[in-house]
Amino acid sequence: MRKIVKKSKVGDGVWEYELEAPLIAEASDPGQFVILRLHEKGERIPLTIADTSLEEGTITIVVQSAGKSTIELNQEYFEGEAIHDLAGPLGNPSEIEDYGTVALIGGGVGIALIYPIARALREAGNHVISIIGAQSADKLFFQDRIAEVSDEVIVTTDDGSAGREGFTSDALRDLLESENVEKSWAIGPVMMMKVCQEVAEEFDTELIVSLNTIMVDGTGMCGGCRVNINGETRFACVDGPEFPGSAVDFDLLAQRTEIYEEEEECALDEFLEGESK
Amino acid sequence: MTVREKAVPMPQQDPSERVGNFDEVPLGYEREAALQEAERCLKCDPAPCIEGCPVGIDIPKFIDRIKREDFQASINTIKESNNLPAVCGRVCPQEEQCQEVCTLGENFEPVSIGRLERYAADWEREHGTVDNTVEDSRAGKIAIVGSGPAGLTAASDLRKLGYEVTVFEQFHQPGGVLVYGIPEFRLPNEVVEREVENLKAMGVEIETNTVVGRLFTVDDLLDGNRVEKHDAVFLGTGAGLPYFLDLPGENLNGIYSANEFLTRVNLMRAFKFPEYDTPVKIGGRVATVGGGNVAMDSARTALRLGADSSMVIYRRSEAQMPARDEEIQHAKEEGIDFRLLRNPTRFKGDDGRVEKVECVEMELGEPDESGRPRPVPKGGSEFDLPVDNVIIAIGNSPHPLVPRTTDGLETSDRGTIKASSRGRTSREGIWAGGDIVTGAATVIRAMGAGKTAASDIHKWLSNGETWK
Repeated sequence: MRKIVKKSKVGDGVWEYELEAPLIAEASDPGQFVILRLHEKGERIPLTIADTSLEEGTITIVVQSAGKSTIELNQEYFEGEAIHDLAGPLGNPSEIEDYGTVALIGGGVGIALIYPIARALREAGNHVISIIGAQSADKLFFQDRIAEVSDEVIVTTDDGSAGREGFTSDALRDLLESENVEKSWAIGPVMMMKVCQEVAEEFDTELIVSLNTIMVDGTGMCGGCRVNINGETRFACVDGPEFPGSAVDFDLLAQRTEIYEEEEECALDEFLEGESK
Repeated sequence: MTVREKAVPMPQQDPSERVGNFDEVPLGYEREAALQEAERCLKCDPAPCIEGCPVGIDIPKFIDRIKREDFQASINTIKESNNLPAVCGRVCPQEEQCQEVCTLGENFEPVSIGRLERYAADWEREHGTVDNTVEDSRAGKIAIVGSGPAGLTAASDLRKLGYEVTVFEQFHQPGGVLVYGIPEFRLPNEVVEREVENLKAMGVEIETNTVVGRLFTVDDLLDGNRVEKHDAVFLGTGAGLPYFLDLPGENLNGIYSANEFLTRVNLMRAFKFPEYDTPVKIGGRVATVGGGNVAMDSARTALRLGADSSMVIYRRSEAQMPARDEEIQHAKEEGIDFRLLRNPTRFKGDDGRVEKVECVEMELGEPDESGRPRPVPKGGSEFDLPVDNVIIAIGNSPHPLVPRTTDGLETSDRGTIKASSRGRTSREGIWAGGDIVTGAATVIRAMGAGKTAASDIHKWLSNGETWK
């Protein structure tokens, strides 16, 4: 059992949790993830670690209500309560070096995921430019924290309710036109990462993406997370989760995230029905 | 007195019923059946069956105790050598081990040692008393990495010797392949849970959700860095990484590794979705590729999940199938369709979902390095099989995380950890056994390796001999 030390709402349908996990906090590096399971009948959900505190012995995760399990966590689990299982850190850490100027693009819940990478890159001496985007202002979060670890921050919303109107990829294009960026990271929805990669290709600059795939164990045992990297099958959990965007078959990635669409809907309906009783 | 030529048959669930449930297929002997079967044992001295058992159970003795209706003495005899009799009585390939060398088998059917073992173990569950008290009689802390059959066996033996033992498991539930891999209808998870509860009652600590190699390393365990210091480490991390065929279209939706499919169903209880959150998407025409026990388990599980049809595609013929005869027979009874001497060459599907497996016909050629005839494709014989799901069950490779994160731990080209016959690795204080050393093999072999290593750990800790 893992205690929820702190829970706070950071945006519309987006919650931040600090979970008691001193060993994971010590062992983890930016870019790694954990797998959690809410209760004895729960599924194993992979979630990227957004922050750690050695003093508090906690890790931070940010959860956007999307399917049954994330909605259940956000609605029914409170500070002081516990989740059943937490395993990690998993996956390979981001490659942190002094590259010069770097761009970090975070879309939706991906904003939380670029935060530790941006901080580590800045500490390594990089000039960090962060681009964060959401559908609308109420879904934006972490602006202050991203600002603390960035030299420049560009905010975008699809509807223009905050920052500039448009997508993060538009902001990336403008940035690459004016700045010499050595390396970029894009973390967010598959479509966002795909378009960011197309932009990066136009400017012939390296872009890293972090893949959030279907997973069961998270340690290489199921192969549910398999992705096509430069024409070869790789497991996102143990070979990733970060890969060069130029190597990723995004269409396959999008296709495989849809495997359980019907079941996800069914589980959610059942859950919401139970809620309303 | 004459000996019955035939073994007392095992009662089992009717095939037409059992394909609709996940309950055990063989129901277990009743008391009378067990007594009758026990009568058949010739009590050979020396007993070839003991030699045939990887953990050396005194088989004639435990059968004799059944015959005398002293069932507690029978299970106690088994447990002197085997900590997981309820598991072994169900999944051991006795026909290749103790029963293969049974003297009676020279002329008649061999004694059903496995069924009797299961009887004794199940008797204990219902009627017996288990004394799990163990004293901390010896100084020494031992870490076991992996809670599959090798790890659980080593843990039990070392704890009985009086050591403090902690088992680290990466999943949320201990048991390894016994709980994530082997289906309920062959080995109910509850049977494993009970064995694990016994270990805990003995004082073995089990730390789940602990990914050794990520959360901390094997060296941390030996150095006492960030975690408690341990005097010895046993690695039983298994062969858990699925091989794929590496064919075009293999990443289409609807194609599972057997590991993913079985883990979803067994460990995550997807057969009870949506009561349990983890889904599994299987139905229509299901094709399983492979010829081992895992392939049989997968094909039979698919049927129980409501597949219209379930077939096994195997590149050799039935005689070369690595699955146990019993599993093949059970599969046939349940209507699994065997497409032998066929091998997939690609997977086809529009809209991202698999719709067809293209196969090629095979014929058997000269023996290969495994001694089995090499399957050779017949040119131009390609054909399409319409499918809705495919399960790839062609084996697993050793788990790489611990070797990768432990300096100086030597591995083979296949990724297995190199270990001596006593389980000693290239690193002082680290033992290994089970599938991580041999590559994918059987539960009982892994248990044997766990036993051997446990006794060697004890020897090493008590004698202080040099590592070699």
